[in-house]
Amino acid sequence: MRLDLTHIQRWIAPGSRVLDLGCADGEFLQTLRDQRQVRGTGIEIDQADINSAIGRGLNIIEQDMDKGLANFPDQSFDTVVLAHALQAVHYPDRVLEEMLRIGRQGIVTFPNFGHWRCRLFLGARGRMPVSSFMPHTWYNTPNIHFCTVHDFEALCSERGIRILARDVVGNTEREPMLANAWPNLFATTAIYHITR
Amino acid sequence: MSANFDSHSIGIVTPQVARFDDPLMLACGRELPNYELTYETYGELNHDNSNAVLICHALSGHHHAAGYHSEEDRKPGWWNECIGPGKPIDTNQFFVVSANNIGGCHGSTGPTAINPATGKAWGPDFPSLRARDWVNSQARLADRLGIDCWAAVIGGSLGGMQAMRWSLEYPDRLKHCIVIAAAMKLSAQNLAFNELARQAIVSDPAFEDGNYIYKGAVPGQGLALARMVGHITYLSDEAMANKFGRELRSGSFEMGDEDNIEFQVQSYLRHQGSQFSGNFDANTYILMTRALDYFDLAREYQHDPVKAFSNANCSFFVASFSTDWRFAPARSREIVNALIAADRPVTYTEIEADEGHDAFLMPIPRYLEAFSAYMKRVGES
Repeated sequence: MRLDLTHIQRWIAPGSRVLDLGCADGEFLQTLRDQRQVRGTGIEIDQADINSAIGRGLNIIEQDMDKGLANFPDQSFDTVVLAHALQAVHYPDRVLEEMLRIGRQGIVTFPNFGHWRCRLFLGARGRMPVSSFMPHTWYNTPNIHFCTVHDFEALCSERGIRILARDVVGNTEREPMLANAWPNLFATTAIYHITR
Repeated sequence: MSANFDSHSIGIVTPQVARFDDPLMLACGRELPNYELTYETYGELNHDNSNAVLICHALSGHHHAAGYHSEEDRKPGWWNECIGPGKPIDTNQFFVVSANNIGGCHGSTGPTAINPATGKAWGPDFPSLRARDWVNSQARLADRLGIDCWAAVIGGSLGGMQAMRWSLEYPDRLKHCIVIAAAMKLSAQNLAFNELARQAIVSDPAFEDGNYIYKGAVPGQGLALARMVGHITYLSDEAMANKFGRELRSGSFEMGDEDNIEFQVQSYLRHQGSQFSGNFDANTYILMTRALDYFDLAREYQHDPVKAFSNANCSFFVASFSTDWRFAPARSREIVNALIAADRPVTYTEIEADEGHDAFLMPIPRYLEAFSAYMKRVGES
């Protein structure tokens, strides 16, 4: 399982209700269900992923979160997860607001565009970064709203969103320490636990 | 087994009849003194009777959902794409029960059956029906077969509406409810199409207020028209374009040619209409379209579908098709949203398909894959 997903499990209480926005093939929800008895629901738009998730016995709703999440009642979930999808939605700020309307708490993970490799790539070559971690070219990427650790925290403070905890994933074995000390420079993936 | 039965066919099947002599109280306030259900079963019931699934048919459907009635049968049952060994409703795993609804004209008690009070066919006097009457009549069939709880109740179109009614009327008698290309109630546009179909029938001079049945007559023209209207609404613009386009069946547009021009789509519709009028009872068609019109899942729950679904105990699988305009994806999303708000487990998928409403009968790979994946879950629970 992707490292950010391993990290966020500890913020999810056993037996709680989890909504996973952009749940992909449902591997994470299945793990939560099997190991933490979580009652999960996923939303997804990729048809192959949806079929895989159905095959895992999960409750999956085919729904495009860019068209809104109004069908989920206020405070109907304990936790709403948005893992590696913030940068791919049309209105990241609205999705964040919706997450905290639907759930008591939210968990967000995203690739940190402030990472030194991105800066170096852009600074030295003057072109949008392409790496094994962000393999898309600028014109055919699903990632349309890249942000940095600082950008995200600024948005949270603007919108009155409380950050309960921050975690980071670094690039190499050595980097986690650096990433914890200077996340905007060394975190490849930023992980936030948020609430109102 | 003849050559035209592939390895995923259940082969030859034989309908059975269950007779019920206790009166059935109907939603309209009248009583059916006794009734028969014609049904088919596929697969084997397991030792604890926990692998039974019930198929609910659509408006003009019947009990013959899969397999063939004889070696000479040209066409299999109406849902043969989805029922059989290795298919979504896998007969190696499930015991499948498929019954003709009462009011029907394929064996179960309906307008063509004898009314014990008069000794004549019921004809137009057959009591009006609601989906819950079908559900109640089928619950007795479940009792008879020793099935306390269906692993799933499954239906498309009107059958999906009936499956939802099952989930509210007998919440402890099904574990899963599978609702494909359905709606919680018809839209005004849908009501209008049904009225058009009924008007086509009643305005056929042979109909005689439904009394044709006593004169050996058939309002064939009206039935055919009704079916043609229905058929157009079951297909999408894309499906018709792909299937027929503007191809001609006869005649030409050559200068100096005055031959009658007939488009392929004309001949197709007429063929569908005349086939149907030979096989379907007009009073049944009127009865069934009315039952469809009257269906409103949440009517008795203060018109609140969330309140309605709060009574359900099962998990739901809902599917719709992108070009279905008769039971559009938006109608399915209403079902899903009500289930979410009622905190019921629900899985929803919207299949990209050109085939319109009829897509639910078609072997569309992604549809069959999603359906199979969900049925696997049904089998495991």
